[in-house]
Amino acid sequence: MQEIRNYTMNFGPQHPAAHGVLRLIMEMDGETIVRVDPHVGLLHRGTEKLAESKPFNQSIGYMDRLDYVSMMCNEHAYVRAIETLLGIEAPERAQYIRTMFDEITRILNHLMWIGSNALDLGAMAVILYAFREREELMDVYEAVSGARMHATYYRPGGVYRDLPEQMSKYRESPWHKGADLKRINSWREGSMLDFLDAFTADFPSKVDEYEELLTTNRIWKQRTVGIGVVSPELAQQWGMTGAMLRGSGVEWDLRKKQPYAKYAEMDFDIPVGVNGDCYDRYLVRVEEMRQSNRIIRQCVEWLRANPGPVMVQNFKVAPPSRVEMKESMEALIHHFKLFTEGYCVPAGETYCAVEAPKGEFGCYLVSDGANKPFRVHLRAPGFAHLSSMDTIVRGHMLADVVAMIGTYDLVFGEVDR
Amino acid sequence: MTDTQKTSLAGQLAARFGDTLTITTVRNETVAELAAADLIAVATALRDEPAFRFSELIDLCGVDYLGYGQTEWDTETVSGTGFSRGVEGQAQGRFDWAGRPRGDGENQPRRFAAVIQLLSIEHNRRLRLRVFCADDSLPVVPSLTLVWPGVNWFERETFDLYGIIFDGHPDLRRILTDYGFVGHPFRKDFPLIGNVEVRYDPEQKRVIYEPVSIEPRVLVPRTIRDDADLMQAKAEAADHWREN
Repeated sequence: MQEIRNYTMNFGPQHPAAHGVLRLIMEMDGETIVRVDPHVGLLHRGTEKLAESKPFNQSIGYMDRLDYVSMMCNEHAYVRAIETLLGIEAPERAQYIRTMFDEITRILNHLMWIGSNALDLGAMAVILYAFREREELMDVYEAVSGARMHATYYRPGGVYRDLPEQMSKYRESPWHKGADLKRINSWREGSMLDFLDAFTADFPSKVDEYEELLTTNRIWKQRTVGIGVVSPELAQQWGMTGAMLRGSGVEWDLRKKQPYAKYAEMDFDIPVGVNGDCYDRYLVRVEEMRQSNRIIRQCVEWLRANPGPVMVQNFKVAPPSRVEMKESMEALIHHFKLFTEGYCVPAGETYCAVEAPKGEFGCYLVSDGANKPFRVHLRAPGFAHLSSMDTIVRGHMLADVVAMIGTYDLVFGEVDR
Repeated sequence: MTDTQKTSLAGQLAARFGDTLTITTVRNETVAELAAADLIAVATALRDEPAFRFSELIDLCGVDYLGYGQTEWDTETVSGTGFSRGVEGQAQGRFDWAGRPRGDGENQPRRFAAVIQLLSIEHNRRLRLRVFCADDSLPVVPSLTLVWPGVNWFERETFDLYGIIFDGHPDLRRILTDYGFVGHPFRKDFPLIGNVEVRYDPEQKRVIYEPVSIEPRVLVPRTIRDDADLMQAKAEAADHWREN
């Protein structure tokens, strides 16, 4: 009789299925996982410590770089925490803009997720389709903030600026000209809201396309049905939130249960899973894309009808307009103080959370009354999810680990912070 | 969240735990401070008792209260000397390891704290617990891994970054910092620039660690202005320059 020993295997940190810089030390019994020890922190940048040395507003840009596929949702949590301590509230139009961009971000994130998860499990085509729509939404990011990913668009007291009147167009190039150019620019003739209107009218049919590739696909179901089953009890013990929790059938969504921005006024549904396996979480996220689409449409409709300010008129927090600054001494002083020293936030502490695409993204903020935060802690959903890896994949096959990494929807910017 | 629910949480906690908890409610957020020795018993009760049912531990993080409320730029008393340029401070990011702020050697029992955010899905409410470590040279807090297993990595992170030891944790290793890292980087007396830097040395053909070569550089002084609006309004009211 031959002696069989367990094998210790290293996975990552450079591996296409590791979604960045995950390193796994796996103890294997043949193809079966006996124990997994994830090593994280390879992307640790000390964001929380850096934020302590800068005025509040200068750290908004760091938030984009945490979960770098759901940028504005991270900003939202941080900005909400500051607003809570300051005791200010963004104007209604800014709240609608935030709601709309949170949902655009959710679609961006889920498109990235569906593409990369399918790629991990051997379906090559989906990512090509997903990135087609991601491109359009990144153009929206660019139109509103000037940056395609790291927007730094939300500010305490509102958003940086109002929505643009003109959507950017493709220019003529050797690859796009004539009728072709006209076709790709056909949505872009009007304002950004017109573009979003056209996009959202079309997007459900695009989701149908992804579903056609996957939902009834035999290989996809073999790789996901019954894999990585998370019971509702287990999900709560391990601090899971978002689709990981809803996939297990727990009806919990901060947008419904503890509404912020304008979610209380929105008409949308929360999908929940039944079995808590990778396939159910897939279905939940696909349905979330459709629901986000609905929310965006409602916001577009409201934003078209209701112009107004997008920033509070409190010059101790928000800078005065450029024109005003050139003419008024008072405004010039405010501008100077804001951009050199920043504003002081009253002493206190708060925890503000948003329903980010991956789960509950929270910001625990402690201020001692200074112009810099005393302590910022960012609660990343991926960090809590990944910690349950060992418990869930024990007894699964090696290939299922990859399915599990995909279904966690991990991004190491937020796990490592 | 309604107010009645909230007041009832603070009330319920006070009724159930009495003097064990020091409860404050600010802006609808309930915070309970407790001693490390009571943590496990209180946490278990909060998780299991039907009135609380905090089924999820959302977050656990450390806080280092060293230098809380310290300012580098005194703005309240403008004297004949005028403002300083605010560049000589000692706050976060402005010192290296040799120049780090050192305490007076006395134990600061309220320096390190572990802050826990709980969530009750059943009752849709949140609670924050704060546990101060009695000894700042060896901060210890009992581990909650047997109450909520999901706290495991959060405790590892807090140990890594703040050096708070979680008594009873099954696997208290560093998690976010580099393999072989020395020190606890989020402590307020740890320099923002760090102590070592890494580069590839083409001669030795390997990655080497060297002492940091950069200078600490923070341009904006840390300032505290209490109710700046109010103070300014008061000063303007007292000032009669408009009449002169």
